[in-house]
Amino acid sequence: MKKLIVLLALCAVMLGVAGCGDSRERIYVANWGLFIYEPVLQMFEEEYGIRVVYSTYSTNDELYALITHQGAEFDVVVPSDYTVERMINEGRLAPINWDNVPNAQYIGDQFKNLAFDPTNRYSIPYKWGTFGIVYNTEKVDEPVTSWSILWDERFEGEIFMYNASRDTIGLAQRLLGFSMNSRDINELHQARDLLIQQRPLVRAFLADEIIDNMINGEGSLGTVYNGCARWIIYYNPAHNFVVPAEGSQLWFNSMVIPRTSRNEEHQANAEKFINFMARPDIALLNTLYTRYSTSNIGAFEMLPADWQNCPIYWPNDEIMRRGEVFVDLGDFRAEFHQAWTQVLVAGN
Amino acid sequence: MKRLFVFPYTLWLIVFTVIPIILVAYYALTVTADGQTSFTLANFRWFFEGMTPGEPFFQRLYVRVAMRSVYLALISTAICFVLGYPLAYILASKGFRNKSFLLFMFIAPMWMNFLVRTYAWLTILERNGLFNTLLQRAGLPQIDILYTDTAVLLGMVYNFLPFMVLPIYTSLVRMDKRVIEAAQDLGANPVNVFTRVVFPLSLPGVVSGITMVFMPGAATFIISNLLGGAQYFLLGNLIEQQFLRVGNWHTGSVVAVILMILMVISMAILKLVDRGQAEEEGARV
Repeated sequence: MKKLIVLLALCAVMLGVAGCGDSRERIYVANWGLFIYEPVLQMFEEEYGIRVVYSTYSTNDELYALITHQGAEFDVVVPSDYTVERMINEGRLAPINWDNVPNAQYIGDQFKNLAFDPTNRYSIPYKWGTFGIVYNTEKVDEPVTSWSILWDERFEGEIFMYNASRDTIGLAQRLLGFSMNSRDINELHQARDLLIQQRPLVRAFLADEIIDNMINGEGSLGTVYNGCARWIIYYNPAHNFVVPAEGSQLWFNSMVIPRTSRNEEHQANAEKFINFMARPDIALLNTLYTRYSTSNIGAFEMLPADWQNCPIYWPNDEIMRRGEVFVDLGDFRAEFHQAWTQVLVAGN
Repeated sequence: MKRLFVFPYTLWLIVFTVIPIILVAYYALTVTADGQTSFTLANFRWFFEGMTPGEPFFQRLYVRVAMRSVYLALISTAICFVLGYPLAYILASKGFRNKSFLLFMFIAPMWMNFLVRTYAWLTILERNGLFNTLLQRAGLPQIDILYTDTAVLLGMVYNFLPFMVLPIYTSLVRMDKRVIEAAQDLGANPVNVFTRVVFPLSLPGVVSGITMVFMPGAATFIISNLLGGAQYFLLGNLIEQQFLRVGNWHTGSVVAVILMILMVISMAILKLVDRGQAEEEGARV
């Protein structure tokens, strides 16, 4: 392990040295953390002679702040559904020239022309998934079927909730029988109050740290995306993942090209990158490493059978039917943020 | 000639202190609607009224955020002072050997990144972590403090303690030792020497130590997120939320301005204490 660290450090230094005075063209890419097999970036650099400057973010809001503030020059980013919709509505995305992206043919039909970009003018699906409850079967010895188990007092101090407004308020809305895209203020406030009522049972509101906490047996229940759940189960097989009967979100993360001043000269490079990422062998490496479901049918067909048949990796039709895709809330967003702040401040 | 030497620093101050403060104040005092920017106090009203203007002042949403921040910052400052002063005193005392080595050991962890150091506490404090394993081996009851305010305070004290110790240490080391000898010659017992000579003379170090701990303490959001599990929502969290999640620079700036006002008030109070002490000294001489 130590040797590995030294080696990595050396590589980093050498990359740094090699990077100095690099006259190659650059492409600026931002993606979610843990959402790519990073060696594919080097493969792209070698194949196309374009240097990739890669950075990560952890929420859609953070990404939105990244690409809207002045001076940001990202060529390819990966927002999820409702943020794609918002960016399209605000005119922040450049249309993709599909002639330059022949590998788009490998994207599954079920992932094309979804409501947030009805003709796929601006976006190409990358990964998709759902959101549910991961639980430790040694501590929870009953089948988990409903979001309501997160309000069960037997699990006080054993529950990890996801620190993101739409995901967490959304699950409370579904438990109450509302839509996650509701713009009804009363429904929002009922969901908020339900979450405030849950506060004494919650150990912590975290993001990716939930993965480590569950692996280390620090809690009994956590709310995570299905890809995270597969990490947890891989490292600690005592866990199981369930999408509750009330239904959950379905998310689709897509690659898009933000409209910036650099676009004209860089659009072609951005399209090369998008096309490269849609190549089945590359998509396969990405999905095998990240454990998130691919939108690339070419890659899916190359996956081992136990991946293809895994209900967590490839949610079944019933989960799809019960699922809801987030829609951008427009002006109602402000109410949403306030309700979420009230949930968090309730502990002060 | 002197002016020429000062110029780079003046430029630095203007670019990195004055202009940013003006920008933050500008955003705090304006709102943008339909592309039109206008001056207003609405952002301050937003902060102080929260979403529940009818409620008693101290129960309003963001006032509660501010109170929790100040409370945690005050407690961590007090703990740092209680722990830090004796440490600085020991480090500065004359007969102490290996002083430079100890000082080095004390500062060495600061070479590591702040985030890494804070992350390390996760592994130590977890239910199945290092600390609890040791307690278990020793047959003692286990503790569960990760994701509580105790863990947040621990993180703050751990990260900010050097900022309390170093200024106090500096003021103690620089102290003219002959003053202490004079006091002893004149018959002061050790307690009197400390309370009437050493401590008053080290006050400037104490004051800068307090400001250097209180300020980052009131503004932190990483420690409360990592070690507090977002169980507490502090002013730093609110600034982060308004800028990065809500994307409203006006409300984010107003929180930053209010934090700055809090800092200025606390510094003014400390200045008063410091000056009062100095005057007393003057009167005595």
